[in-house]
Amino acid sequence: MANAISRAWGGMCEWFNERTPGLLPVYRKHMSEYYAPKNFNIWYYFGSLALLVLVNQIVTGIFLTMNYKPSAKEAFDSVEYIMRDVEWGWLIRYMHSTGASAFFIVVYLHMFRGLIYGSYQKPRELVWLLGMLIYLALMAEAFMGYVLPWGQMSFWGAKVIISLFGAIPVVGDQLVEWIMGDYLPADATLNRFFALHVVALPLVLLLLVVLHLAALHEVGSNNPDGVEIKKGPKGNRWDPHKPADGIPFHPYYTVKDLVGVGVFLIIVSLVIFFEPTVGGWFLEHDNFVEANRLVTPAHIKPVWYFTPYYAMLRVVPSKLGGVLVMFSAIALLFLMPWLDRSPVKSIRYRGWISKIALALFAFAFVWLGKIGAGPGTDPVETLIGRVLTFYYFVFFISMPLWTKIDATKPVPERVTMHD
Amino acid sequence: MANEGVNKGRRRFLTATTAVVGGAGVAAAAVPFIKSWLPSARAKTAGAPIMVDISKLEVGQMLTVGGNVPEWRGQPIWVVHRSKEQLDALPSQDPRLKDPKSENAEQQPGYAQNAYRSLKPGILVMVGICTHLGCSPMFFGELKPEPFDDQWKGGFFCPCHKSRFDMAGRVYNGVPAPSNLKVPPYHFADGDKTLVIGVNPEGAA
Repeated sequence: MANAISRAWGGMCEWFNERTPGLLPVYRKHMSEYYAPKNFNIWYYFGSLALLVLVNQIVTGIFLTMNYKPSAKEAFDSVEYIMRDVEWGWLIRYMHSTGASAFFIVVYLHMFRGLIYGSYQKPRELVWLLGMLIYLALMAEAFMGYVLPWGQMSFWGAKVIISLFGAIPVVGDQLVEWIMGDYLPADATLNRFFALHVVALPLVLLLLVVLHLAALHEVGSNNPDGVEIKKGPKGNRWDPHKPADGIPFHPYYTVKDLVGVGVFLIIVSLVIFFEPTVGGWFLEHDNFVEANRLVTPAHIKPVWYFTPYYAMLRVVPSKLGGVLVMFSAIALLFLMPWLDRSPVKSIRYRGWISKIALALFAFAFVWLGKIGAGPGTDPVETLIGRVLTFYYFVFFISMPLWTKIDATKPVPERVTMHD
Repeated sequence: MANEGVNKGRRRFLTATTAVVGGAGVAAAAVPFIKSWLPSARAKTAGAPIMVDISKLEVGQMLTVGGNVPEWRGQPIWVVHRSKEQLDALPSQDPRLKDPKSENAEQQPGYAQNAYRSLKPGILVMVGICTHLGCSPMFFGELKPEPFDDQWKGGFFCPCHKSRFDMAGRVYNGVPAPSNLKVPPYHFADGDKTLVIGVNPEGAA
């Protein structure tokens, strides 16, 4: 019996291989014969977790569109309808809203992993750039998604963010009208954001994710030691010509990642089931009130994942200046591969300057996030925000200098713990 | 060889011209899609001028219609009948303002580029939206020290990012708003009893 099944299975595989000979090589290249360094640590969970959250957002998003009405008149009520009347609608919506914040948590950790282990350095510049484009697309996707429930924060957040484009000289005002399709965020705005949020940007995101992975699998993964396993000794248990320090992604890392998935699901389940708004951090309290264009919330702020940039916008005393600072802060991240002149990749083999500079950078980013989420009225806090913003830029602009003069330790021939 | 006798100059010319014509076609085809994002005919109609009755507006009051500030193009429009006291205090604020002479011509029509930023000194007409990030400031008309300004001579205070404006909508120094509040196009009709918002006075641009 078992023999018959395995024969049938083998026959079917062969039938497919004869007709689509490309599939098996693709599977081998990206899964069973993708040799990843064997010394991955906890930081290497977040890429696969981001993929998991992406799938969650797509699936829950599709189900939300089945009951959501993208019109200014009906949007807020349709979200309440999903929450109260649709069977399990609350769960699907909270999976989607928690997924949005979880997406940024794993993406920020994933990016920080890249920073500490120099994963953007040659030859992985393109992997980093594609990742940054994913980050940009994700920010646009999240912003537009937050507008859809048409609560107070949706409306006023949209108004504030779109009006940033009004700071552009000459064409600014027309550009703002063009983006909104009206003289204020209105039905037209909501409707087009819906189209972009559910169709256009997800397509862009998926394409970028495929390219990000394709670029990664071409050059191979970096690792906590920053050692190029492709340049190290050859020959492992599976293939005499492949890196000695590599192990097949499947099953070794798929199984490892499943453990990460388990822990991750436990944590997000706690949020989804017990505290889905996370005290106003994942879903702001003001967004449970329907949009009213004549009543400004006392305190307009974006969701937590945008607050570091929002803080920079606010502490600069000029509108155009604030907008420029905010967008440059993101643009500078794109330049990482060329700003870092250090001969070693991983923080493990770098000197104290790099360690302190990077630690301060992470600290500044988090503190800016805290300032951006606050009311922004305290002059002392504004001053601190300016100092932190200044440091943020100094970190990048002076990077070619301090990465060059910083002492380094010798990098081992092979990854540590290679046996 | 198949490439022998090829006129490379002609080949380049044909490639370039085909690319240019194709590019022009793509650009032309993009126009309708880009223009589809502009305010539609319906949005433009909804943005038509409005008329409000100001004959019953008392000194020191901000006009409301049915309890609400009137709206034009979805923007709150403030119509304030300023008192003599409020008007007299305006010049004293000049040193504390970013643009005391209303030199930024984008923020008001030419006929409102004066000391009162209005057609008639008493009646202030403004778009009630902060020039910083589009919040709606609050009206604090009394000339008395306020928690946000101990030399307050009446004006508007934005709760979002603490921008302050005087009784002519002029922005104070040291606040995030970059410019004075916007004055919409408007004129008086019907023997000054009616205010038409959205249309300039006859003969004025």
